[in-house]
Amino acid sequence: MADKLNKNDALFQFLLRLGDNTLVLGHRVSEWCGHSPVLEEDIALANTALDMIGQTQFWLGLAGEVEGKGRTADNLAFLRDVWDFRNLLLVEQPNGDFGQTMMRQFLFDAWHSIMLGRLMKSSDQRIADIAEKASKEVAYHLERSADTVAGLGDGTEESHAKMQTALDLLWPYIGEMFVGDEVDAEMVKAGVAPDPASLRDEYDALVGRVLADATLTTPDSKFAHKGGKTGMRHSEHLGHILTQMQWLQRAYPGATW
Amino acid sequence: MSKPSLKQVWEWLDAVPDPEIPVISLVDLGIIRDVDWQEDTLCVTVTPTYSGCPATSIINLDIETALRDHGVEKLELKRQLSPAWTTDWLTDKGREKLEKYGIAPPQPAGGPKRCPLCGGTDLEKISQFGSTPCKAHWRCRACAEPFDYFKCI
Repeated sequence: MADKLNKNDALFQFLLRLGDNTLVLGHRVSEWCGHSPVLEEDIALANTALDMIGQTQFWLGLAGEVEGKGRTADNLAFLRDVWDFRNLLLVEQPNGDFGQTMMRQFLFDAWHSIMLGRLMKSSDQRIADIAEKASKEVAYHLERSADTVAGLGDGTEESHAKMQTALDLLWPYIGEMFVGDEVDAEMVKAGVAPDPASLRDEYDALVGRVLADATLTTPDSKFAHKGGKTGMRHSEHLGHILTQMQWLQRAYPGATW
Repeated sequence: MSKPSLKQVWEWLDAVPDPEIPVISLVDLGIIRDVDWQEDTLCVTVTPTYSGCPATSIINLDIETALRDHGVEKLELKRQLSPAWTTDWLTDKGREKLEKYGIAPPQPAGGPKRCPLCGGTDLEKISQFGSTPCKAHWRCRACAEPFDYFKCI
């Protein structure tokens, strides 16, 4: 990133972060389509993925507009490489089993719902409008992922053990949500977005409540894997997602329906 | 041609069916937010139901086709995200048609009032999601039939 970050560059980066989170997680969740444990879950996951891809179109569409180089949401989704993606490491983690997928979804939904709630008060009306739309959908996602985490955690011995394993595995990816950098500082200054750290208390309270219902033990560690939202250090998994997601546009540039 | 009145345009739009639930119209669905003449261009403001609803582009195409068929030459479709679409905007006529079609209309209480098939009230939720983004999946314990419930948002 350049030494001098102007507000427009920061806004572009910030929008990529929002759009890449929903794009990558939407793609991940859609991998369950046709493979879920039961039909109802299959439909629910596909619908959740669809909401997130729809939100991606708004965020990346606006990102392209802000950038001002004529790139569309599709261009940004299909023609950037790993190092240009700005999603949290959490959302690119593999699906694992169904419980792990739902744990990842819950840990993300909880943050996403709080973030969108704050963004509804953004000084940028375009961002406030998208947040208003998305927050309704995400409230619904959160209701379902929280219920599922509670149900499986407080379920059988086996489901409980699997959910605890999933929580222990994914917990180190939570910290990145609350770490701010110069992009965030610029957004705070402009009244566009909240300081990421300011979401932590509300997040801990919400997640703590659900994990208690789920009879799961919140890991002690505050260790955090970082490098997704800055693009500095994505995990190996993102590249694999992109080879699948982008191959058609790479193999047949400009192909349309 | 002379400019059709706005009332006339609303009537035409009320004859355009929702592509996924064809018993109700786009006007019944509450997604047409505004119709207005800007000089000789007809501006129709549409709001999406769900961000990722795949019907959105078809809906725009259907609006355009219907209005062109009625002779509207200059047409502009605007997307409006805020205020976000709510099921409160479904018309009463639309709610009745939904129920008759077998889809329980949205209720502020968050679940269907009765089974759209037999009228039973002993109901259970099968899944928070259904056959389209706007619906959830429920079952009636009286007639044992599953049915769609139009989610309240």
